[in-house]
Amino acid sequence: MRYIEFEKIAETVESLCVSAGYELPCDVLAALEEAAQKESDPAAAKILNQLIENARIAKDERIPLCQDTGLAVVFVQRGSEVAVKPASGRKQATSNFRKAGDLFDAINTGVAAGFQKGYLRKSVVADPLNKRKNTRSNTPAIIHQQIVAGDQLKLTVMTKGGGCENKSRFWMFRPTAERDKIIDWIVDVVRTAGADACPPFVVGVGIGGDFEMSCLLSKMALCRKLDQRNSDKFYAELETDLLSRINALGLGPQGLGGDTTALAVLVETAACHIASLPVAVNIECHSHRHKTAVI
Amino acid sequence: MSEIKKLQAPLTEADVRSLRAGDEVLVSGAVYTARDMAHKRLCESIEAGDKLPFELDGAIIYFVGPTPARPGRVIGAAGPTTSSRMDPFSPKLIANGLKAMIGKGYRGDEVREALKKYSAVHLSTIGGAGALLSRHIVAAEVIAYEDLGTEAIRRLQVVDFPAIVAYDCYGSSVYK
Repeated sequence: MRYIEFEKIAETVESLCVSAGYELPCDVLAALEEAAQKESDPAAAKILNQLIENARIAKDERIPLCQDTGLAVVFVQRGSEVAVKPASGRKQATSNFRKAGDLFDAINTGVAAGFQKGYLRKSVVADPLNKRKNTRSNTPAIIHQQIVAGDQLKLTVMTKGGGCENKSRFWMFRPTAERDKIIDWIVDVVRTAGADACPPFVVGVGIGGDFEMSCLLSKMALCRKLDQRNSDKFYAELETDLLSRINALGLGPQGLGGDTTALAVLVETAACHIASLPVAVNIECHSHRHKTAVI
Repeated sequence: MSEIKKLQAPLTEADVRSLRAGDEVLVSGAVYTARDMAHKRLCESIEAGDKLPFELDGAIIYFVGPTPARPGRVIGAAGPTTSSRMDPFSPKLIANGLKAMIGKGYRGDEVREALKKYSAVHLSTIGGAGALLSRHIVAAEVIAYEDLGTEAIRRLQVVDFPAIVAYDCYGSSVYK
């Protein structure tokens, strides 16, 4: 068993949150630059260049990329030989649901520290319907844990904005549904998201699994590099076809027209029930913030 | 593309009537921040006949919840949030004198009717450009609902804040 200190995990998550808030990933910046060069609509190209300039200002002047610094979604790949060495004297967990000193407590401690020290916006309310009181720490994070072989801990922090998340959708298709029908529905989800969700988008698609698995896949898909296609040829072609259909909508940056409605479409799949064909679309804005570290 | 128009807050009826969907504008002067919860409270105050925390007549509301300011700075990132979430509340504010809103994205039919009936506009600015837009904000102070944190109402002084007329007072929209 390999013991990783509670503090080490918290510090790693803290620094991932801060860098996500201020530094647009290289592949996203490269996709914006390429789109700005290819864009045939001058007004749309101007907006794309403003987004590139925004990323430069954010990094150089330490102003967050976007005021919505997001809900922290943390994907954990925990080696089966990894154990957390608890912080000494820690009696209270960051969240009521967690044991003080465990992995989830360490992650939430890191998120709270990152959002506080990094001057990021605290956008989490404790109760969804009744009081909606802000927790003032941006915790609890949404944590998805996977146990894998080995003795390493891989942490990916995605800070997800509310505006684009609000436009994400799920649909349960008949298992006999044709590829074209699913493409039409996905394109319509993107069209409906429109100007409200800050295009150009990155579109995460989860196909298969069950109700919750397809939604999780659609978000996990967003962790992939934008220029990396699905390893399966059928789904790689689906990604390419979806991207051209979406860009043919003409929504453009900010929904004001243009060739660039999405920067990429990323599809992930899973086996599913003979009766089901679940499909989920996670809409991500151009401020596509995610950072990974391996301990 | 037409020449960029300069707007000085508060706005007059004539200012609003000079604007057409698609016009690029640069806004200067005082604008007030408000998001979901602040809108709900403002409308409750109007219904109760209470005094509002700022003069609504001719006012511009900016749909934004900024990040905290670093020491020595006026404000953090400050880009627009989705305007349509304010659709249930905006008509009441427009009927009571609000002349412009700054946000991003679409507005519903009731808002568009109110823009026509009372002569007001909806401006869209660059969603997700919170760092760039913050440079146009030279002063910020919380004036109401401090308990709401980022969602409190702030009076911002803005200089040449860039936006586009998304919905004008004649029923036209920049969105297809």
